[in-house]
Amino acid sequence: MIFSRRGRPTKLRLDYELIESLVPDGAKVLDLGCGDGQLLSDLIEHKRCVGRGIEIDETAVLECVRRGVPVYHGDMLEGMSFYRDGEFDVTILSQTLQQVMKPPEAIREMLRVGRRAIISFPNFGHWSVRLGLLWTGRMPRTALLPYHWFNTPNVHLCTIKDFRAFCNREKLARVREIFLTPGQWRIGPWLANWRAGLAIFQVQRAGREE
Amino acid sequence: MATDDGIPVAEDSRLGRAHSVGLVETRAFTFAEPPEELELECGQRLGPITLVYETYGELSPARDNAILILHALSGDAHVAGYHTPEDRKPGWWDICVGPGKPFDTTKYFVICSNIVGGCKGSTGPSSTNPATGKPYGLEFPVVTVSDMVRAQKRLIDHLGIERLLSMVGGSMGGFQVLEWVVRYPERVASAMAIATTARLSTQGIAFNEVGRQAIMADPNWMGGNYYAKAAPRAGLAIARMIGHITYLSDTQMHAKFGRRLQDRESVGYDFKTDFQVESYLRYQGDSFVRRFDANSYLYISKAMDYFDLAERYGSLVQAFERVRAEFLVLSFTSDWLFPTYQSKEIVKALKANGVPTTFLEIPSAYGHDAFLLPNDRLADTVTGFLANVQRRVRARAGKDTKE
Repeated sequence: MIFSRRGRPTKLRLDYELIESLVPDGAKVLDLGCGDGQLLSDLIEHKRCVGRGIEIDETAVLECVRRGVPVYHGDMLEGMSFYRDGEFDVTILSQTLQQVMKPPEAIREMLRVGRRAIISFPNFGHWSVRLGLLWTGRMPRTALLPYHWFNTPNVHLCTIKDFRAFCNREKLARVREIFLTPGQWRIGPWLANWRAGLAIFQVQRAGREE
Repeated sequence: MATDDGIPVAEDSRLGRAHSVGLVETRAFTFAEPPEELELECGQRLGPITLVYETYGELSPARDNAILILHALSGDAHVAGYHTPEDRKPGWWDICVGPGKPFDTTKYFVICSNIVGGCKGSTGPSSTNPATGKPYGLEFPVVTVSDMVRAQKRLIDHLGIERLLSMVGGSMGGFQVLEWVVRYPERVASAMAIATTARLSTQGIAFNEVGRQAIMADPNWMGGNYYAKAAPRAGLAIARMIGHITYLSDTQMHAKFGRRLQDRESVGYDFKTDFQVESYLRYQGDSFVRRFDANSYLYISKAMDYFDLAERYGSLVQAFERVRAEFLVLSFTSDWLFPTYQSKEIVKALKANGVPTTFLEIPSAYGHDAFLLPNDRLADTVTGFLANVQRRVRARAGKDTKE
């Protein structure tokens, strides 16, 4: 269930650790769809970050309050609109891209309020998804994508290739690309669009100094 | 805006009577003795001023656990517990204040004071004017939310509290919270604004005006000079009835009363009480006139109308420039008097100033009154927020001592 965005386990997972490693010490961070606030609370505690979250699920918001993470209950585009340009060093969209209603707007906003964006998403190009559809002729339902077609919250699934093309179209520089197998093993870029279950991209506006 | 509309709370539940602060007493603090009167926003001077207040729990030796509760239009200093063992009902927010409750009196020192202009012991239009020896009536100067807060600040000084751990207010109590953090930013570590706004809406002013007109149209009102005679009960009762409707929701009224008839089998084709909802509103009106002064209603509702932080500071963003407190802003889905968009305006302006702010819209069918009613979401949010604020404040203080 690594693609469920809620109920993030308390145990640090590899993708969390990797995202955490991409965030500089003391950075000002906005986590979109921050769930129960685990990642932010770790960043605040381990890296002395200033953390803010946006979350639509009210039960998850309550968890953030318990953890002491300031969070906005509501839509992420609305929540981001409250912030000034360049307010954050890093904005994070962790395993939520596929559920966002307007991905281009969301990512543009992320790079308006933040200098760089870290975006992780399940890779729809993984071989199990491709073969699942090919062999069974039905919408893929795997450990990676556990939903039925009729009740999935995932409205904007994409592959790693799709996301790279999207970055080119939006003139985004891909600063880092990290790939994980569904079993949470880190792998290199070789055949990543077949092998990776999860991709983590760090992007920023093209032409901007790091 | 305490109502008798509460959903029943089991006595032994965590919000129930079994977790009561017990017997409490109201105290009084008098200041601004002439010639040191308080200069009010309207330019007039008022003094002496008495504020009545209650406290619950113990102030810590470091004086770092004080929380100020700010009441709404018809509230008073009696937040929790009982004045005598015979009291039928506890204070107006007993579900939230007490041992083990969100404002946990085993951890926090909780203070609530009655506002200036009120009629529950603090100086207001029904108090004696020292210049004439008679009740002020309309000679009482028009007070504002900012006057209320400047008076409360004197009380907090008097109690020897340098910095409040937190403050909380719903509705007009929220106005005072916002005024406090803007006016005395260094005195407040955190703040909770519940079902409130930074400026009363046009609709809010409109409803207040209907209430005031009802009072002033009552022949017994007599220009506010009724203290030796019969009070304008009918007018005040109508003001309360209209106010009460705005505190409820369509859904909730329907669920509670439907179109059920009161004490009759069919409609009476007369102008006596047909429907339960009529009977309920009349009861609310009648019980309110027994405990509230009509002139205070005029003054306090006027203070609400005047409240507009954006206007005073140019914009809400500018108003919050000096805010240092971290914030919890809460609204309720069915509140149409102080709707969620008004809370979001507060959140937006706080965020524009980089103030750590948590916002949550709590689902409730109970309308504006939801903040006074038992609600686990509200209770858990307040509990979690306060625990973290206290942890951070103490960690920071510890660091300062080491340095």
